[in-house]
Amino acid sequence: MTNSLYSPQDFKSDQYVRWCPGCGNFAILNAIYKALAAVNVSPAQTAVISGIGCSSRLSYYMNTYGFHTIHGRATAIATGVKVANPSLSVWQFTGDGDCLAIGGNHFIHALRRNIDINIVLHNNEIYGLTKGQFSPTSPKGLVTKSSPYGTFERPFQPADLIFGAGGTFFARTVDVDIPTSVDVMVSAAKHHGTSVVEVLQNCVIFNDGAYKMVSTKELRSENAIFLHHGEPMLFGKNKEKGLVLDGFSLKAVTLGENGISEKDILVHDATTKDYFLHQRLASMSGPDLPIALGVIRDVEETTYEEAMVEQIQAVQAKSTVKTFSDLMNSIESWEI
Amino acid sequence: MTPSHKIIELDHVVIRFSGDSGDGMQLTGTLFSNLSAILGNEISTFPDYPSEIRAPQGTIGGVSGFQVHLGSQKVHTPGDKADVLVVMNPAALKVNAHEVKPGGVIIYDENTFTDSGLQKAEFQTNNPFTELNLQDVQLLGIPLTEMTKLSLEGTSIDNKLGVRSKNMFALGLICWLFNRPIDKAQAFLTKKFSKKPEILNANIKALVDGYHYGDNIQAAVSTYRIVKSNIEKGRYTSINGNKAVAYGLIAAAEKAHLPLFLGSYPITPASDIMHELAARKDLGVKVIQSEDEIAGISTAIGASFAGNLAVTSTSGPGLALKGEAIGLAVMAELPLVIVNVQRGGPSTGLPTKTEQADLLQALYGRNGESPLVVMAASTPDNCFDYAYWAAKIAVEHVTPVILLTDGFIANGTALWKLPSLNDFPDITPPRAPMIASDWKPYLRDQEKLNRYWMIPGMEGFMHRIGGLEKSDVTGEISTDPKNHQKMVAIRRSKIEKIADYIPPLSIYGDQTADILMVGWGSTFGHLSTAVDELNDSGKRVALAHFNFIMPLPKNTQEVLSAFKKIIVFELNDGQFASYLRTKVTGIEMSQYNKIQGQPFEVEEIVHFISSMI
Repeated sequence: MTNSLYSPQDFKSDQYVRWCPGCGNFAILNAIYKALAAVNVSPAQTAVISGIGCSSRLSYYMNTYGFHTIHGRATAIATGVKVANPSLSVWQFTGDGDCLAIGGNHFIHALRRNIDINIVLHNNEIYGLTKGQFSPTSPKGLVTKSSPYGTFERPFQPADLIFGAGGTFFARTVDVDIPTSVDVMVSAAKHHGTSVVEVLQNCVIFNDGAYKMVSTKELRSENAIFLHHGEPMLFGKNKEKGLVLDGFSLKAVTLGENGISEKDILVHDATTKDYFLHQRLASMSGPDLPIALGVIRDVEETTYEEAMVEQIQAVQAKSTVKTFSDLMNSIESWEI
Repeated sequence: MTPSHKIIELDHVVIRFSGDSGDGMQLTGTLFSNLSAILGNEISTFPDYPSEIRAPQGTIGGVSGFQVHLGSQKVHTPGDKADVLVVMNPAALKVNAHEVKPGGVIIYDENTFTDSGLQKAEFQTNNPFTELNLQDVQLLGIPLTEMTKLSLEGTSIDNKLGVRSKNMFALGLICWLFNRPIDKAQAFLTKKFSKKPEILNANIKALVDGYHYGDNIQAAVSTYRIVKSNIEKGRYTSINGNKAVAYGLIAAAEKAHLPLFLGSYPITPASDIMHELAARKDLGVKVIQSEDEIAGISTAIGASFAGNLAVTSTSGPGLALKGEAIGLAVMAELPLVIVNVQRGGPSTGLPTKTEQADLLQALYGRNGESPLVVMAASTPDNCFDYAYWAAKIAVEHVTPVILLTDGFIANGTALWKLPSLNDFPDITPPRAPMIASDWKPYLRDQEKLNRYWMIPGMEGFMHRIGGLEKSDVTGEISTDPKNHQKMVAIRRSKIEKIADYIPPLSIYGDQTADILMVGWGSTFGHLSTAVDELNDSGKRVALAHFNFIMPLPKNTQEVLSAFKKIIVFELNDGQFASYLRTKVTGIEMSQYNKIQGQPFEVEEIVHFISSMI
């Protein structure tokens, strides 16, 4: 971070930031400024694409090339940007409605293709900009304007969708935890392929306290686990608890109890292709198991745009058609 | 019996091949028209096929046809009715029997005219020719299936596969009938089936034997020769509209020094544009076959934002899905070419048939005041020119452009003289002429009113655009009432200004005519041929044909007001007529509308006009 040519200030636009006071997006925005400075790519080489929703206003607040597009389509538009110019650092800011409801199809296909874009998914489990309807991630029973008796829909776990679609990078953070957010965003930028950072975001107006369990440092030390590749899965105030595998499920244990020592604790491997354990980790929720934060999955695969460029170069190496005129000379034609 | 057969010289002839969709009629027709073009004839072709890939064999629903018009002069249409109809089974006879000219020839495979064949084609009796009340046609029954089997006896190919070569036997026979040497057809086949030597050998054997079969029956039939065309010297190929669109875009990208990008989702009848561009990796064309129509245009919008010449291709239902994203391109003011190959609608409609009913959708099918450029190609070969034009206007005026073609010209072919890029105007992307600190995202070129197209990677020009209304010049989000009205007016004026950069409307035919026919897009061939025929017979008729629809040529009002009687001809329920009425004043127009999924016939137009004079 210290060697960066850029400061967070370089990524701030002159626009007045218009979110509700207390909105989780302020903290996310600050983390993004810091992360982009650390990533060390010039603002002119950075493209920020967003769809529609509270989170998607973010592109206006960045002093980069920015495109605030239409509802649900940011992933497809970001895909076009990256393919058109693979040298750009492409970021997409999106919400649970924009990304997982109206934009679900583009989202899963970006993951399937492994196009090298960084998607920050602001998940507040609610539609904020349209003033409070349940979203695809709202928990069952949530009372909203469009579910006055509680929603009876089953919610998505974004991570399940990501793994199922062949996603190669998944991390999770909490809006107020700026250092973790910066860390995972920098990892996302370094990752080769589609990265998704799920940010558990508080909507102070329509879904306040959705993530109360992890809303303070103290609560996080009790109720969350910070995963680091190659390190044992320990959590708790004094790292006195850990995770072990019990059949096909994870189980929280306490060191020193029932003969458990640190060597019994699972060591996190974000790079394994098999996503079984990543899925188990991502689906943990209280109270028996901690909420997983940090980089859960980070797997190396060829990206879409690399494969495309590679194929173009391979064809070009063999072809004598270099120009339109060559093309005309190459097709079946005759003198009259 | 006369000892030697007679060769009849013709100016032009129309041949229709028809059979099951698995009978290879498209290939047969394409080979025949290509080798005729090589021999120096003008060609115009029209494939007419069902949307089912393999409908039940021998049924009416599965009939696939290919019509070709050969001429010594420029032929503008694939012809109305056929001089020669080749049918591979009773169903094909039933569908096409009345598409033959009086005195024409029907060649049929008599081996397929069995009880079960007639039943599948829903004939009530075992005499289909009487049942169809065919009069004044010459019937020539050939045991095509049997002859093909005999031809391939003793070769390694099995019987079932071998019979599939009967289309080549028929082609050989037709080549003999029209005095076409078959060596060119052999060369085409060798290229097409180079990886399937067994099928290649069977096809060539059937082709050669078909030709010789003709030689052996020559005493009974006269053959034809089409006089060689007297056309401009040069290198030619035969091209369909979809391929011509792809080539036009490639040419434009090279001329503009921009990478070419296509985002597209498969849809009939537009997919061949994607196929052609996907094959052009040698020229660096980037193609994303997207997850849906919306992603097709969205990836293209992203590519345009990033500085590519961006294109999406589709057909009517896809254009409907793209509507919201087109609005974004209008609002963000980005260059974008949207190629819409129209087909019969609404909804899934008639996917493989032609229609001109997406015009109003192209003009108005978006929320809000959302003006853009709408233009239409009118022949298979000028799809090249209009694709080039569409790209030039999109880039230089920084706007989305919808280019309309349709199933008829997209799949139909015409003879095309290979162009040289030197003959085409430059395409210059408008970059800011000032330094970054003096520039704003919505600062405009004073003449064309376009904003400047500044793209990621350009140091100092970072900016934000989007779908929200923005302040004039600065591009900042604005809900100011007066600013909105101002921006709506600017976006409209920007499109209207393009009228200064397009050719004026001209009149085809009798300049002082009593009746002016008006058309647009793919109907040019039929309308202009009708005008020729009417003028030849002394009728005072002219044609005003539109390729630029939004904006219209500047002299539209002036041209139209010189005529007393105006009739607008369209393959829809009157969309261009209703649009035109809002754009010109004091001009009465009547309409001639055909909505059958088929192009006009010259004869129906000639008949209609003649009845008015």
